[in-house]
Amino acid sequence: MSLQTLQGVWWKKVDASEKVWLGIALIWCLILFAMMPLWHLKGGQNPSFETYRTTAEQYMEKVEAFVEAGPKVGEDQGLPVIAADPAKDVYMLGRMWQWYPALKLKKGQTYRVHLSSMDLVHGFSLFPLNLNFMVLPGYEYVLTITPTTSGEVFVVCNEFCGIGHHQMVGKITVE
Amino acid sequence: MATQAVFRTCAQTGLKVHDQAERLIKFHAVAGVFAILFGGIAAVLVLLTRWPAVHLLDPTSFYRALTFHGINMLIFWIIFFEIAVLYFAGPIVLGGRVAWPRVGWLGFLLMVAGSLLIDIAILAGRADVMMTSYAPLQAVSYFYLGWILFAVGALVGVCNFFASLVVARAERTYQGTIPLVTFGAATAAIIAVVTLAHGAIIYIPTWLWSLGIIQTIDPGIYRLVWWGLGHSSQQINVAAMVTIWYLLATLTVGATPVNEKVCRSAFLLYILFINLASAHHLLVDPQVSPAWKIWNTSYGMYLAVLASMVHGMTVPASVEVAQRKKGLTKGLFEWLAKAPWGNPGFAALALSLVLFGFIGGITGVTFGAEQVNIISHNTLRITGHFHATVVAGTTIAFMGLTYFVVPLIFRRQLISQKLATTQIYLFAIGMTIFIGGMTTAGSYAIPRRHWDVQFASSPFQPPVEAAAFAFLGIMGVGGLFALAGGALYVLITVGSVLFGRRVPDTPGAVALAALPQDRGQHVPIKGTMVLVFVFLAAFVIYYYLNWKWLAAIWIVK
Repeated sequence: MSLQTLQGVWWKKVDASEKVWLGIALIWCLILFAMMPLWHLKGGQNPSFETYRTTAEQYMEKVEAFVEAGPKVGEDQGLPVIAADPAKDVYMLGRMWQWYPALKLKKGQTYRVHLSSMDLVHGFSLFPLNLNFMVLPGYEYVLTITPTTSGEVFVVCNEFCGIGHHQMVGKITVE
Repeated sequence: MATQAVFRTCAQTGLKVHDQAERLIKFHAVAGVFAILFGGIAAVLVLLTRWPAVHLLDPTSFYRALTFHGINMLIFWIIFFEIAVLYFAGPIVLGGRVAWPRVGWLGFLLMVAGSLLIDIAILAGRADVMMTSYAPLQAVSYFYLGWILFAVGALVGVCNFFASLVVARAERTYQGTIPLVTFGAATAAIIAVVTLAHGAIIYIPTWLWSLGIIQTIDPGIYRLVWWGLGHSSQQINVAAMVTIWYLLATLTVGATPVNEKVCRSAFLLYILFINLASAHHLLVDPQVSPAWKIWNTSYGMYLAVLASMVHGMTVPASVEVAQRKKGLTKGLFEWLAKAPWGNPGFAALALSLVLFGFIGGITGVTFGAEQVNIISHNTLRITGHFHATVVAGTTIAFMGLTYFVVPLIFRRQLISQKLATTQIYLFAIGMTIFIGGMTTAGSYAIPRRHWDVQFASSPFQPPVEAAAFAFLGIMGVGGLFALAGGALYVLITVGSVLFGRRVPDTPGAVALAALPQDRGQHVPIKGTMVLVFVFLAAFVIYYYLNWKWLAAIWIVK
């Protein structure tokens, strides 16, 4: 029983059926492990590791330059809508409680989207697509994204960032 | 000191019980029950707000209640109970004394002081920061001080456990090798040291930062180190829960581990690898590389998952062998069908094992795959997963054990054994429905920690699928059942301790399973083998479904 001390040698041979399970469980664990590097080689969805140190001021400048360069194709709820050029880098920032600016992308085109936060930790969640990344202040994270569906997707903040957290919704339109 | 220790011999188990150990267990268990009561009250408010049809609280109250719920349940309830388990598994199981009773009380007081400081800070509205308090989000400085006091207090309790092991050995209170329960508890204690050290490493600078002594805390490093506390503390649970599985199997069906070598090696794998899993929280973060993510999220090639899959086989196997030895040998499953399902301890063991494994374990490993995390991170899938591990797994195991702690340590009969059994089933069924609703709602990208998924007050109103609302409703209904089961647990426990009949010092006053006679014959574990292969099939199917769902979203690298 599990409450009794053991006397003598308890390092005993393992039963055959236990051995079968141990072996199969180990093989499954190795398959689980192999899936991740394999998906980096063959799969289309992998977390990026293109990260740079930045500050709120430096990053703000880049976002301002990106919005200025445009082309601005409209305004939506007070946010400039930028029709991003796949040949150039795209910038978005998170701050309490807004994703800035709004973006217009083309389906099938590939964009380098830079993300950073001006204040707290935010969660970049494309809704209802369900694609999630973290946005930290002081880190500029570059995701290379290819939209494969068209229509409107929303950027919902999914990390708690103060009392207005649930109002933090941005927008990306894909044509 | 040794001469002052006062012992009694338990008439039910024959164990030699040091009065200080017994008293320390009582106080830690009572503090734990207070924590689950506080966390449970907050759970009512959180549940009724996240259920869109009800949407009870205003945003400020909601985020406050959620912070309160998380810390009281995941930290206070669990760790108070675990320290109580250590005072049982060390001194009492080995027939020794608590090495340092006074130090034990100091640790307890530190834990109480820390938890009160934290709860007061939250209720005063000075710490609306969630359990994780991700810097640069800042709480009042005494909130962080509370964490430090609590962590130090728990560490003191853990050290007292180790010291008690040394004392028992030195005073030769036992012969041979320590029992499996003590071995498993030691595993939990070693993991606890690593965990609590991370707590100190992150909360001391954060406290100094909140006082203005340190200027900045790097948010990436904060998340890295904090999860060394946040996730690893839940790994103490895994080790403690598995230990309790073995214990409950012994108490309810007289089970003996089939092969001690296998069980203990699996615990060893936990010590070596399980804490790497704090990487689960950083898989879509910018500050660590894919190689780092893959190695750590896999607990070093999933060797800690292997350990859980081993326990998932050895625990039911030990039950099967004990039952078959009693003559329940018909077919594959007579041993299981004729198990003591009306005993709350056995019901808790079986439900905890199945729900932890099938729901908590499978979702955890799947969402913890680096890329699958892209479609899981910070959605309700994650909260669904850990309610399956910590609530349906650990908490049900703790509840089942409580129904032995009350008669054996508090020496009071349960006010109703039947009600206790009903409580376990009600809670388990409620949690299963709740978890199913929550996890599936998360698959529709519904975020966790969010006051309003209808986005009424935001500039844009993303369309939410009707199915997502339906699953949030299922979550709400299941949650109500679980809350009723949780309230019943507190009522039965408090009621029995206060009003239960005193247990007489006559053997057999508490129903404990007798050990089946060992005739030295080989007993097959065919039923268990079928069960574990059903588990593996569910695992493979769910795992690959998720990769399929992942492949359907936008391309990102």
